[in-house]
Amino acid sequence: MSLWLLLAVNSITLGGLLFLLSAGFSLIFGLMRIPNLTHGSFFMLGAYLATSLIARGVDFWTAAVLSGLGVALFGGIVERLVLRRLPGAELAQVLVTLGLSFMVADVCLMVWTGDPIRIATPPVLRGATSALGLSFPTYRLAISLIAVVFAVALWALLDRTRLGAMIRAGVDDPAMARVCGIRVSQLFTIVFCLGAWLAGFAGVIGGPILSVYPGLDGEMLPLALVVVILGGSGSLLGSFMGSFIVGFLYNFGQAMFPELAYVVLFLPMLVVLVVRPQGLFGRAAV
Amino acid sequence: MKRFALATALVLLATVPWWVRGTFYVNIASQILLYAVFALGVNVLAGYAGLVSLGHAGLFGIAAYTGAKILAGGAGHLAVDVAALATTVVAAGVFAVLALRGTGLGFVMITVALGQIVWGVAYRWISLTNGDNGISITGRPSPFGLSLASPRSFYWATLVVFLAAVLSMATFVASPFGASVRGTRDQPRRMNALGYHVWMIRFLAFLFSGFWSGVAGLLYLYYNQFVSPQAVALTASAEALLMVIAGGTGTLLGPVVGAALVVAVKNVASAYIERWNFVLGAIFVMIMVFMPEGLVPGLGRLARRLRVGASSQAPAAVTATREEVPP
Amino acid sequence: MRGLEKRFGGLRVTAAVDLSVEPGERRLIIGPNGAGKTTLFNLITGELSPDGGTINLFDTDITRVPSRRRAHLGIGRTYQIITLFPRDTLLRNVTLSLLALTRLRWNPFVRLETQTALVERARVVLSRVGLDRLADRPLAETSYGERRRVEIALALAQSPRVLLLDEPFAGLSIEERRDLRALVAGIPRDVTIVMIEHDMDTALDFAERISVLHLGEVVMEGTRAEVVAHPRAREIYLGE
Repeated sequence: MSLWLLLAVNSITLGGLLFLLSAGFSLIFGLMRIPNLTHGSFFMLGAYLATSLIARGVDFWTAAVLSGLGVALFGGIVERLVLRRLPGAELAQVLVTLGLSFMVADVCLMVWTGDPIRIATPPVLRGATSALGLSFPTYRLAISLIAVVFAVALWALLDRTRLGAMIRAGVDDPAMARVCGIRVSQLFTIVFCLGAWLAGFAGVIGGPILSVYPGLDGEMLPLALVVVILGGSGSLLGSFMGSFIVGFLYNFGQAMFPELAYVVLFLPMLVVLVVRPQGLFGRAAV
Repeated sequence: MKRFALATALVLLATVPWWVRGTFYVNIASQILLYAVFALGVNVLAGYAGLVSLGHAGLFGIAAYTGAKILAGGAGHLAVDVAALATTVVAAGVFAVLALRGTGLGFVMITVALGQIVWGVAYRWISLTNGDNGISITGRPSPFGLSLASPRSFYWATLVVFLAAVLSMATFVASPFGASVRGTRDQPRRMNALGYHVWMIRFLAFLFSGFWSGVAGLLYLYYNQFVSPQAVALTASAEALLMVIAGGTGTLLGPVVGAALVVAVKNVASAYIERWNFVLGAIFVMIMVFMPEGLVPGLGRLARRLRVGASSQAPAAVTATREEVPP
Repeated sequence: MRGLEKRFGGLRVTAAVDLSVEPGERRLIIGPNGAGKTTLFNLITGELSPDGGTINLFDTDITRVPSRRRAHLGIGRTYQIITLFPRDTLLRNVTLSLLALTRLRWNPFVRLETQTALVERARVVLSRVGLDRLADRPLAETSYGERRRVEIALALAQSPRVLLLDEPFAGLSIEERRDLRALVAGIPRDVTIVMIEHDMDTALDFAERISVLHLGEVVMEGTRAEVVAHPRAREIYLGE
């Protein structure tokens, strides 16, 4: 019994992390129509940056925010210098982001070497919490909470602010958005940086649980991909629901069908792509 | 002029083991050729049908794994090859039926999912595929009694297969069917209105592409005498696509050049530069930004520019097709 | 013999359209933008499926026939936006059109260039539209007017029984219009032509009967004189 409960908690935790990772991916995909294959690298880079900051005495949360900023900066440079030169050539943009992920992975290997690095859980969140008569690892609960907070914040951004309205307009119809005077190219950069920040931040937050190691990018990226395809690109609700669905599929799949772990993950993605290409909650068809 | 160049190239290729120094480089040459076959296969879809697949390593791997398993079961090499290729073509058919439900980006995503499923099976279904440890085979085949154990003999065998692939591609490209395939890339809606069965054309192109990817997979198996999930990973599919795009999708020479480039960087550069992945990625980015139509057309354009002084715009080889075709 | 008959209900873009064209007739379809004219063509060629109603081609119900088969049944069409094959020569463009109706199109072994019968027929078609001297010119190096003629060549190549021309004169200069008008006028009577056009000067000449479309409905139908005299037609289309 407690195994299932543990799996459930882990699933929710993973879901929370995935949400932070995929929300950015989904926005970038929805607005700019680029499946940003560098997104996994953003996650990993953020985590690595934080390890260096923490080693210099910066506290966990500051490191998380700053690492996110570092990744966002990198993302901004990528968007302006590289992606912008390939307007509309979606495929070229996909492949460029892939090439960039190779480059980032190698740089990380160069700078931080190949040994896995553990990020320590922030002291205040160590240990376990009791709730409903059971004991849960505090940090894992915290992650889920953080995910919810960010979900609400992002929803508020998209729904209540002018920037959010512009983003939604751009997702729905970029051509019309331009005609209405929305500076779409500026919007692209902002969204790309925001997505990168979220990914980097997520990398740090996930650090205490996943650690940081070469190959982390390659493990997280497909998960983000599945989330966005399942949930629908450009849809915040889709990313949210999709993240938790994938979290559960991944953990329970691994536990129940270890031999078919990835099949359990990608088969639903396949089914959705074939049957309902816009995802469970998405609007625009891919 | 063209015939002379072709003849020279053939002679050079055939005599590689003599003018190339050391077995290391002969092996590199074998690798280049086998990956060139793979790249040519991927190019059938990406370059000629306008359908970019990031899951072709799945087909490559299905051939290699099927070959390895049947070989372990004790069958003769010919039977193994036939069975492996047949399985791969069937798999390609399944891939095609699913992937062709999407167009443009949707197609790419579905192929990614399919490739990942194959990888997942290779990685996790340990009782079937031995997981990360991979499957080893004992020795290479001996077609017509000639041993392929030495690097030289294997190189020549691979060369023969490569030439067969090139011939097959050249015929395909020049044929009416090849013209139909290219038509569906450029104007799928018009092709449909003209009376072509666009879905079927794409399906058959997929099978053809899968066949050669499978051939490359078998060559890979015999070359390494080993196959592991590495061969089926997303990065493997990406590298194949990289070879095609880097070299140039609209030509036959392009994928070959691309394969040579990627294999060279991976193997040769890695002997001198530790971080060859970075170099690979950087080359990729550079090519996409400055020569999106690929090296071969790009360099051709450059050469023409230098000669004539006028600029001629080559059409970008990478454009996602968004056209919907009625069923 | 009836050329075409169509009846739809419920499809909001095309509403309860009854249209009937006699064989050999020259029918013009006019109407303001958004009236559903191109949608009508898309329904005829099968690129769109109707939500209700039927389409008949010479007494055969083709409503369920997939669009790729309709070319084989004799429906040819040109597009408002030029949809030609940009990387090929004019000759290859027309050859592709001819190839579509032959079994040869599935053949992966022979060389297309050596199919002299097919290629010669393509040249003949190009000469019908006056472009045979440009046959080996890549499409990218031709003028807009020439490409409009290639559009028509592609359709004529298949010897259609019904030819649908979607704004064939769009964007052409006065001389180009005149030449194209002569070309269209020269198409023999065994081909039924239905044309969508905005340019009233050019099109009125061509038309024997005119159908006026507005908001997806056929508002009226008649000869040129009848349409010009009809108050509703004038109001909708001529804006009075």
